[in-house]
Amino acid sequence: MSTLAALARLRAVHTGAAQRLATVRHCHLSERPMVLIPLRLAGEAAAPLAAMAGTDPARPRLLVVPQPRDRDLRFAFAAELAEILLPYIEGLQKATETVERRGAEPFERCVDAPQVIVPNRSAVAFVQLLGRSTRFRRAEGEYAVHPSVPVLGRWLTFLAQRAQYPGSASLLAATEAMSLHWATGQSALEDANLASLMGWIDPPPGMTGAEAAREAEDPLVWPPAGPATDPGFDSEVLAPAIRAYAETRSDRAAARVGEAVRSQLEPTWRLMWRAVGLLGALPAGPGVAARWEGDRASFTGFAAQLAEGGPPQPKRDGAVGAASRLARMERAQASYDAQRAYDDPLVMAGHRLTGEAFTGTVLAADPDHAEGEGRGRKLRPLLTVRTSDPVRLAAGTRLGTPERRGQQAEVVEITGGHVTLKIVKGMGRGRTASPGSVPEVGERVCYAALTDEYQPPASLPAPEDTPWTHGGPPPEHVPAVEEPDEEEWA
Amino acid sequence: MTVTEPATARDAAAVVEAVLADLPDHRGVVVDSPPGAGKSTLVVRAAGHLAATGEPLMIIAQTNEQVDDLIVRMAAEHPGVPLGRLSAADYSVPRRVMGKASIGTKLPDLGDPAVVVATADKWAWAGDRTWPWAIVDEAYQMRSDKLLRIAGLFDRALFVGDPGQLDPFSIVDGDRWAGLSWDPLQSAVAVLLRHNPGLPVHRLPVSWRLPASAAPVVSEAFYPYTGFRAGTLPGERRLSFAAGGMRTAYDRALEEAAVSGWALYELPNRHTVRTDAEAVQAVAVLAARLLQRAPVAHSERGEHPVTADRVAIGAAHRDQVAAIQAAGVPEGVTVDTANRLQGREYDVTIILHPLSGRRDATAFHLESGRLCVLTSRHRHACVVVARAGIPELLDAHPSAEPVRLNVPVKFPDGWEANQAVLAHLAAHRVEAAPLR
Amino acid sequence: MDRLDELRGPVPPRPHDARAIAALAANPGCARRAVLDAAGIDKDATATHLGFPAPFGQSPFAITRGNVFEALVKESGCAELLRLLREILGLPIPLASYTDLGDVGGNPSAHLRHSHTRRLLDRAARDGDDAGTLYDHPLLRLDIAGHTSYLEPDVVAFRLGGRFHIVEIKSFSVIDGQAEPDKVAAAARQAAVYVLALRDTLEELGHDPARVSHDVVLVCPENFANRPAATLVDVRRELAVLRRQLARMTRVGAIVDALEPGLTFDLVPDAGGAPTRPVADLREAVRGVGARYAPDCLSTCDLCFFCRDEAASEGSTDLLGRQVRDALGGVATVAEALGLADGSLIPDEGQEEIARLLRLADRMYAEVS
Repeated sequence: MSTLAALARLRAVHTGAAQRLATVRHCHLSERPMVLIPLRLAGEAAAPLAAMAGTDPARPRLLVVPQPRDRDLRFAFAAELAEILLPYIEGLQKATETVERRGAEPFERCVDAPQVIVPNRSAVAFVQLLGRSTRFRRAEGEYAVHPSVPVLGRWLTFLAQRAQYPGSASLLAATEAMSLHWATGQSALEDANLASLMGWIDPPPGMTGAEAAREAEDPLVWPPAGPATDPGFDSEVLAPAIRAYAETRSDRAAARVGEAVRSQLEPTWRLMWRAVGLLGALPAGPGVAARWEGDRASFTGFAAQLAEGGPPQPKRDGAVGAASRLARMERAQASYDAQRAYDDPLVMAGHRLTGEAFTGTVLAADPDHAEGEGRGRKLRPLLTVRTSDPVRLAAGTRLGTPERRGQQAEVVEITGGHVTLKIVKGMGRGRTASPGSVPEVGERVCYAALTDEYQPPASLPAPEDTPWTHGGPPPEHVPAVEEPDEEEWA
Repeated sequence: MTVTEPATARDAAAVVEAVLADLPDHRGVVVDSPPGAGKSTLVVRAAGHLAATGEPLMIIAQTNEQVDDLIVRMAAEHPGVPLGRLSAADYSVPRRVMGKASIGTKLPDLGDPAVVVATADKWAWAGDRTWPWAIVDEAYQMRSDKLLRIAGLFDRALFVGDPGQLDPFSIVDGDRWAGLSWDPLQSAVAVLLRHNPGLPVHRLPVSWRLPASAAPVVSEAFYPYTGFRAGTLPGERRLSFAAGGMRTAYDRALEEAAVSGWALYELPNRHTVRTDAEAVQAVAVLAARLLQRAPVAHSERGEHPVTADRVAIGAAHRDQVAAIQAAGVPEGVTVDTANRLQGREYDVTIILHPLSGRRDATAFHLESGRLCVLTSRHRHACVVVARAGIPELLDAHPSAEPVRLNVPVKFPDGWEANQAVLAHLAAHRVEAAPLR
Repeated sequence: MDRLDELRGPVPPRPHDARAIAALAANPGCARRAVLDAAGIDKDATATHLGFPAPFGQSPFAITRGNVFEALVKESGCAELLRLLREILGLPIPLASYTDLGDVGGNPSAHLRHSHTRRLLDRAARDGDDAGTLYDHPLLRLDIAGHTSYLEPDVVAFRLGGRFHIVEIKSFSVIDGQAEPDKVAAAARQAAVYVLALRDTLEELGHDPARVSHDVVLVCPENFANRPAATLVDVRRELAVLRRQLARMTRVGAIVDALEPGLTFDLVPDAGGAPTRPVADLREAVRGVGARYAPDCLSTCDLCFFCRDEAASEGSTDLLGRQVRDALGGVATVAEALGLADGSLIPDEGQEEIARLLRLADRMYAEVS
């Protein structure tokens, strides 16, 4: 917790209203996001009870499993969810653009990608489990399911895996997206409750954020945002309704379960769209589009894989797959951290407070300064910056700057409030610095020990060449088919 | 006084012989080396031994500094063995390495030396040639995904490292791989042994670095199941001061450390920000006063003045290191984080206790490797600077760590290790003088 | 009368089940909780009477699920369990007998049932045969702060040759070898309580306590079906924590001795058991022992809402979480921290540094937001 974020929470307590933690939006927000609120039957890993989903705030689709312990009903739910999600996803595959990069074959990329927004972290985990429980199913043979079910499973798995990439916006948890931009007067743990978090950020008229947040903890007023339901609701409302359905299997009984879960979902549905509205009101940070490009590329690639009939994603990563995913995740994290700071002075302020960044005014500049001689002569423009920030950087530290992205500098010396830097990259290749690349005396500048420079990792062996230290080659890939459920319910 | 010494040396030598004897019989051999137990000596010795067979050898270290150290030592011990050093294009060759190895960015540039040394990162780009032998140095500090990138380069390997130091880490959450035998965030040795449980694991039994005052403390706290002992006897390592003191609390702490090998310079109990100005000040003043007192180290190697380059200051966080540097430490004294002090050795260390001034302990603070590194860098004495109240803080620590299935439990437990070190330090406590 | 009994009032101490004992380590720095737990006070009833009922409830679906799964595992004399044990322990186990220690007829006292368990365990420990024995519902006990607590016997002890294993059946799923880490941790803490109690029992009987393995067998449904699967969980760390916490409980005397004489948390129940004590009075009493509120309490302690409210009324920075509190370097209240930040408050001795940092943060916040 940075001192800045701590101070923002203190101010929220004092004023009774949430405080901004960002001046721009750091996540992409689709023009047409899909909001999905899943509910799960208590005590079960992945037995869906209900869901509310849709891209239109005025027209939520309600999906209900009137007896969540009935396998057929569960897969009927999955097929119904597929009916909502797959057309949304497939519609986005149609429009593509050609991307041309130097030294690479041009390729097609979708101009947009799906964005699914769920209430919280647990819902993201539930999406992953739902994907896991459906992607290995088959449309023929014993225990056949609707053909859309395994396809849904793969897309849910795709979304859940994207959610692990820092900076990805394909599957967002509303609580996390909101907490990234606002500080409340409660703890991070309590912020995981969407209603109470929204209470701080956007209290109803006549209430302080603190009051609204406290009221939001009452499950009778604000049902939990799922996937877990309120135990009181379970015993008093849901259990009798499910029992009635189990006994009669009537439409009326099914409708009763439906009305029960609707009462639990609708308040959250409204909250979700309020959250979307608040996020949408923030201007997008410059890095957002580039990160969304990553989501779009990943989406395009996965759609192609699926079209080519590739196998479902494995249950767990193999040795090589794990190492390669880790490298990609670490790269995404580093560039996400750097981009947010460069995009947002409020995020940068957190780094300035810890001494890893500073802002100041250029006192002196020597744009023609060079090191070495003859062929080894290198242009190294020198800069002295006066700052009142508590700089804590060692000589030799590499720095970047939001004013000139792609430029790099190195700390030469820090004395008192003066920092001397030399620019080592991004000032042109000539004998003199290219115009505008070296800040002028009097200019306000900011430098930070954060770079999103990408160094590609060394290649990994092919999975079939996994070395003996890591268990040797994995066994021949056998298309995994899930064993049938052996469920016996009381 | 010399009765047990040869036995100690003999025990250590016997382990080295057993390691060398095991090499041809196993695909991999692991050697656990507690702090200062002669890991580098073993690596250099094994390298010479393997080079003598006439088969090419690759040596994998984790940092450029470690590569350079190995080359300097190899050149000294085995002057007849041609060495090569692979390095990145922007690496500048330090003077001490010049002339001791052929240096290049690609294997063909090196000629055909008997032994090639490089970092794991560099080896990952070295191409397709395979080597009959490899030595992996600091293998417990190497992440297993790095090993995965280079394990195809060698047929057999000796893995050497210190299991008690800091584990490798990542900036991202690695939960999705928890419990997998090839979890990329585990150390190279952990993954190697999970797939090859039959490989021999040897332990070097004697720390030549830690004095008799420190080896039992560090051994019990951080190596509870695989103890080691000191290579020197009590009293054999001493510290004396050529210049007189002024009976200040600083002097008394330094004198206590000189006599007993340990001192706890204790500031009043208070919760502070991480860069606690008083504690930072105390660390800096202790370092300055130490050198003013003209310390002399007496050891089995004779006596020598302790100069600034033989003194280190260690802390947990980078901002603490920066604050200590800003507070002004004598020229030449090393100030660094535990992470970067791994594998280094000094005569005297001054450390800022990771839990000093904290209100709650976190998993970061309780990682036993951090305190282990900080308390095991010295040959003569270690001065710990801390605020009072750490035992109470540990007592109040909630134990609710999540448990992941199929992940081997790691020992020692950081809580217990911290308590053990504090219990020992309590006997060497010097109360700080009020600053104002 | 014992001071702890006096604190509790004229009701029997609430028995510590394994779950409660495992929870002792949730916030060991909290004196309030330590005293209430040591005295065996019903915290849930206390919280409810104070007007801050605990936010914990269990869904009937979860309870049903747990019972169904346990019944499935224990069907036909634990046949399924035996299969799992063969697999996980890698032993042939030709046959195993099943003894239900809960099945003693009539309604004997816990003490009698415990004696029964002891007797059979003693015999089992002497028996060195190759056949396995499953002991269901063993009634074990543990001494806590001088009181004997009988543990709800919801585990199975498995003996084979000279070794004992604790088997814990839980209904959360293990999917592709992974389960929710918090649930596994809770199961491991509870299992450690039984391992310790079983070790104590064997030791009292003159057997080697180390014969009880620190590897407990956790049985959970696998993937999305109802089929059970077993995993070994090493509970050595949990055992160490438990021993520490039990040792601390015996030292709670120091806190109790410092309490106001006459202080009690007696709810003064009427004949029907309904509390009659004036709420304000009880509130004063509970406030007489200092709490150490942290947001984590919201998932572990019955009194959490009361203590949170108290922290809020004091403007305590504890409300915002341990990390915020730590970042504030010991500044205890929101008002104080904000006063230091805007410069309206002169820092006390020792606060200069955090004051400087807060003022800088305040300046930057104003500058860029």
